[in-house]
Amino acid sequence: MTYAIEAEGLVKRFKETEALAGVDLGARQGSVLGLLGPNGAGKTTAVRIFATLLEPDAGHARVAGYDVVRDAGAVRSMVGLTGQYAAVDENLTGTENLLLIGRLLGLGRREAKARAGELLERFQLAYAAGRAAKTYSGGMRRRLDLAASLVGRPSILFLDEPTTGLDPHSRGELWDLLRALVADGATALLTTQYLNEADVLADDIVVIDRGRVIAEGTPDQLKSQVGGQVLEVRPLRAEDLGRVHALVARAAGSRTEIEGETVTAPVKDPELMPAVVRALDREGIAVGELALRRSSLDEVFLALTGHRAEPAAEPEEPGEGSAAPDDAEREKAVSRS
Amino acid sequence: MTATTLTAPAGASGRVRPLAGLRQTFTMAWRSLVAVKHNPLELVDYSITPIMFVFLFTYVLGGQMAGSPEAYLKYALPGIIVQNTLFMTIYTAMALNTDLTKGVFDRLRSLPIARSAPLIGRITADLAKHLWALLLMIGLGLLLGFRITGGFGGFLLGTLLVMVFAAAVSWTAVLIGMLAGDAEKVQAFGFTLIFPITFTSSAFVQVDTMPGWLQAWSDVNPVSHLSDAFRGLLLGGPVAEPVTWSLVWAAGIALVFYPLAMRAYRAKT
Repeated sequence: MTYAIEAEGLVKRFKETEALAGVDLGARQGSVLGLLGPNGAGKTTAVRIFATLLEPDAGHARVAGYDVVRDAGAVRSMVGLTGQYAAVDENLTGTENLLLIGRLLGLGRREAKARAGELLERFQLAYAAGRAAKTYSGGMRRRLDLAASLVGRPSILFLDEPTTGLDPHSRGELWDLLRALVADGATALLTTQYLNEADVLADDIVVIDRGRVIAEGTPDQLKSQVGGQVLEVRPLRAEDLGRVHALVARAAGSRTEIEGETVTAPVKDPELMPAVVRALDREGIAVGELALRRSSLDEVFLALTGHRAEPAAEPEEPGEGSAAPDDAEREKAVSRS
Repeated sequence: MTATTLTAPAGASGRVRPLAGLRQTFTMAWRSLVAVKHNPLELVDYSITPIMFVFLFTYVLGGQMAGSPEAYLKYALPGIIVQNTLFMTIYTAMALNTDLTKGVFDRLRSLPIARSAPLIGRITADLAKHLWALLLMIGLGLLLGFRITGGFGGFLLGTLLVMVFAAAVSWTAVLIGMLAGDAEKVQAFGFTLIFPITFTSSAFVQVDTMPGWLQAWSDVNPVSHLSDAFRGLLLGGPVAEPVTWSLVWAAGIALVFYPLAMRAYRAKT
């Protein structure tokens, strides 16, 4: 199979930390590959290598068959990058920001202007085209940043956490735009911390943690692997917690946990909830709260790695992948599909 | 549905042709200049502050320093311009630092353009701003009674000399901009460095009232040489020695800081 975006044994170290510890991944042409992982997992490092901003210490990365180190120029002429921080010039207007990119890419004045107008229209920024980007809202900046990455009509896109920090409405807007883009045939690598974002946008997902691939598959495969939903039971009386745990564990299996005053368990079987309710009733346990909710990335991680995703600030480069790489126990628990 | 082509456009082997690189540099310079339109604060940096310096030095200090504001202006204007030029190089460092920390350089580097274009473009644009401020101050000086007695040639050569010196110092600014954590640190460091250097020179005063040890420094201080050279060229007078020393200093600064700055730039962007 030919991949439009491909990595083999990618390794990148920053001083002592290993941001990438041998990552293999591939995105088929015309597909969206979701790179899912918590802060510090190495997502940004991977994107920066693909976008020729960093050189790997070992392994290979290829974009459209071109090596990102040897053929960096060829790669640059084909990719669009939208970074984690909206990289627009605050003191330029929307139009000027896009003109700048167009002119740098060798478009003529008129051509660059037309392209800028077209993109601003498409990204619903035409009304603010003449305003300095510093007056834009967060969502508008991201849209402008995305537009800037598209000026050169790249066939391959790198989207590094394109919706982080956006409100739900802006996030939804950006999702619609991204869906339209890939419908046009672009190949994209999308990094995200949000399972539902990868779910909505990606054809395939690679989950990484501490610089290693810990799972891969389609969104459905991953979800069925980890359980799509989570059952939460909080007994009215705290002294019932142990009994509730035992009861839920019997029905749900070994991943049943006690968090504070609540028992949680991943749900794979739709029969679990009624079974638990019946059992609670039979044993006469008063329930304060009983809920079924979608599993969060946190639980996906717990299920995949045996440890919770640590919410650490993701530094721009060094320090990424802050944790100790040797975790033999976790390695054993890793299930690679 | 458009088919995705998987071939790189011709000529995209990684090296950018010199002519294309030059055009990209000018595009980057355009970007720095057009930003002024939307950032009135830059107008303060490059216009109001220079005007304020000229007025303050002339009317507040002039009478005491030289008996009359006009007499002092004649001595101090070239020095004020030199000082202002050096101060303004800090803005180069701040702007580069902002581009670095805000991710603008990442975006630019992911484009198939000459790697030096963002850097040289910024310096080119900032030299244009230096020239603007210099002309503004000369113009104001003329209104307040300053006279260019060294002739038009002296004025042109003096302006050129200040620009050459500013270009050399810009590499120091690039280095600071690349190494500093944020723009505030750039500003703090820059002013802490430039303030004493400019004031311990012959830019504003004749150095013979300074204590001996300070005079010894002032005599080698590049700001003294540049101020004396610019003054000499504008007013007419012996300039061979200060011009030579100014050029030696400019060359020395560029020789030391250009490689360091380029190394930092390549490491960071």
